[in-house]
Amino acid sequence: MKKNILKNSAVQTLISSLICILLGLLIGYVVLLFINPEGASEAILAVIKNFLNSSRANLRLKNLGNTLVKTAPLLMCSLSVLFAYKVGLFNIGAAGQFVVGSCACLIAALGFGWGWLPCMIFTLVVGAVYGAVVGLLKAYCNVNEVISGIMLNWIGLYGTNMILSSVKEPTSPYTLHLASDAPQAILPSLGLDKLFSNNRYVTVAIPLAIIIAIIIYVLLDKTKLGYELKATGNNKNAAKYAGMAEKRNIILTLAIAGALAALGGAFLYQTDYEQWSVTQSSVPGMGFNGIAAAFLGGLHPIGSIFASYFIQHITNGGGYVDLTKYSSQISDLISSLIIYLCAFVLFIKYAINSGIAKREEKQAQKLKPASDGADSGKGGEA
Amino acid sequence: MLLLIQYTLVFASVLLLVALGGCFAEHSGVINLGLEGIMVLGALGGALMMRYVPATVPGIVMVLAVLLGAIAFGVLYSCLLGVASINFKADQTLVGTAMNLLGTAAATVFVKAINTASNPDDVSSVIQYIEPKKAFLVNIGGFEFNWFMLIAVIALAVAYVTLYKTKFGLRLMACGEHPQAADSVGINVYKMRWAGVLISGIYGGLGGICYILAGVSEWKFENGVAGFGFLALAVMIFGQWKPTRIALAALLFGLFRALSNVYSGFSFLAALNIPSTVYNMMPYIVSLLVLALTSKNSRAPKAEGIPYDKGQR
Repeated sequence: MKKNILKNSAVQTLISSLICILLGLLIGYVVLLFINPEGASEAILAVIKNFLNSSRANLRLKNLGNTLVKTAPLLMCSLSVLFAYKVGLFNIGAAGQFVVGSCACLIAALGFGWGWLPCMIFTLVVGAVYGAVVGLLKAYCNVNEVISGIMLNWIGLYGTNMILSSVKEPTSPYTLHLASDAPQAILPSLGLDKLFSNNRYVTVAIPLAIIIAIIIYVLLDKTKLGYELKATGNNKNAAKYAGMAEKRNIILTLAIAGALAALGGAFLYQTDYEQWSVTQSSVPGMGFNGIAAAFLGGLHPIGSIFASYFIQHITNGGGYVDLTKYSSQISDLISSLIIYLCAFVLFIKYAINSGIAKREEKQAQKLKPASDGADSGKGGEA
Repeated sequence: MLLLIQYTLVFASVLLLVALGGCFAEHSGVINLGLEGIMVLGALGGALMMRYVPATVPGIVMVLAVLLGAIAFGVLYSCLLGVASINFKADQTLVGTAMNLLGTAAATVFVKAINTASNPDDVSSVIQYIEPKKAFLVNIGGFEFNWFMLIAVIALAVAYVTLYKTKFGLRLMACGEHPQAADSVGINVYKMRWAGVLISGIYGGLGGICYILAGVSEWKFENGVAGFGFLALAVMIFGQWKPTRIALAALLFGLFRALSNVYSGFSFLAALNIPSTVYNMMPYIVSLLVLALTSKNSRAPKAEGIPYDKGQR
């Protein structure tokens, strides 16, 4: 018998994610209709088209490059959330780990004058330590990782503002430009910038983020450590009984997750694409969008590559809507709707599975009377 | 000093209201991480009332209208949590997080839309309420009494009586401890959990409007509520899910939050010359420490966070 393609769990994940995206866009469209009926279609198309809105080909390439520049840090945040979730931990602290990562790489670059590689390694270490704090609190003090993560997000934000005040421009709240003050800390581009019509922000960060996604996939699915971590996530007590160090595993997981999110900060700020504003009063959305990307990608490292790109694509696309009629936050609205809908993914999968089961049962029943008939026929002969 | 007491009481009222909301949801067995989003929507509901109800109506009408607006928005928004986590058995942490993001995004888009509609040049997400705000304040010899202080005390009394002295409250708590047992004696677990979530919507909405009325006369909805929903959850855990203890915890946390507003008024604190960001960090650091010390022997409802499935044993 031919195997039903819908039974494949990867296909199911893809279908559910697409349903979430479509519903999210649809609700976003309805909201636009309510705000201002004329121009709603143009606005939602502008969000979906993103860089395709530009008229000239080289500008389009450049804007695609800009989207990719911000996709790399988002992918790192989504990997951070995903990695922790596989071990049964909800790393909402990714947002704060991203912030301290940004702080670490900027202070190392501008304050200490380090090169790009030491900056990145420093960021990695700081992020791992910051993530491990959540792990320690969880393992030894039984503090819910969501609450401690949120508290650390705010502590990290205010701390970062305080530390980076020492390297800001004298007349503005923004940190100094890396290009002029610390060019040694900018990530190498390896000629990638040429591919995107000389977009100087396109650096090694983009391929590096994809490589890390693949490493995370291998680590989780093909190694003993990954198996142990997932086992701890599934049942802490069973893992402990089987001789795994469950406390160590929790701390290690959050340290790795913290390092991943912090690297995201390095991948964004070490390209000089953005400057940190030391008067910021809310935690940057990068880490929270990482949650969206992780779940939209079906909690699979490779899936999150595509999901991160999609989330960043519509976030950048929000900048193209007609700002006299709508606000650019419409893309935040759509991506948060998508996260909400992702909560129903399990249900969608369940619906697909039970649908298949019902159809198979019907087919089996159709076959059954025929065979019953054959049986009774035989009986009649005897 | 008077100012410090005033701010402490206002912020304690916010934390108390929201924490009680979380307390009801958790006692029914649903973790409400979306309180932050509920607060934003409650604030939006109240702020809209203040914008559209003419400022000429008597003060008491204004107060009631604002309260009703906040409650209505809070309750409606909490339905998102109810549907997903009770009927569709979704991951409650994920739903709550999504609600927080959605709350801020939706409120921003909405407020910007109405601002731009009334004045095409206005693309801000700010609602002003200088005049209507006065209905909430009573000046007693330099101390600005805020009606919300009274509302918080009433809410505390109501929560205590409902949870411990009524049939409904005891049944609600049973659903958070052992839903299968509750079901076996004829309690409808789904209904009880819905009740818990909706009540948390009422309290969360009230807390939200109280928060934006605390110190300022206009609110920029892009900013959300600065992690107050989560601070309230910390208060709830520190208060061990018991209303009276939650009230004491709220006072403590309120004090630290108030310090960041008024520390410059104290000569000895100002003389220490600590940067203002340290005071901003204080409430979060204190709550982390407090959680680290108290979570070990937590008395959390046993079945919280686990979707109730009738077929499961």
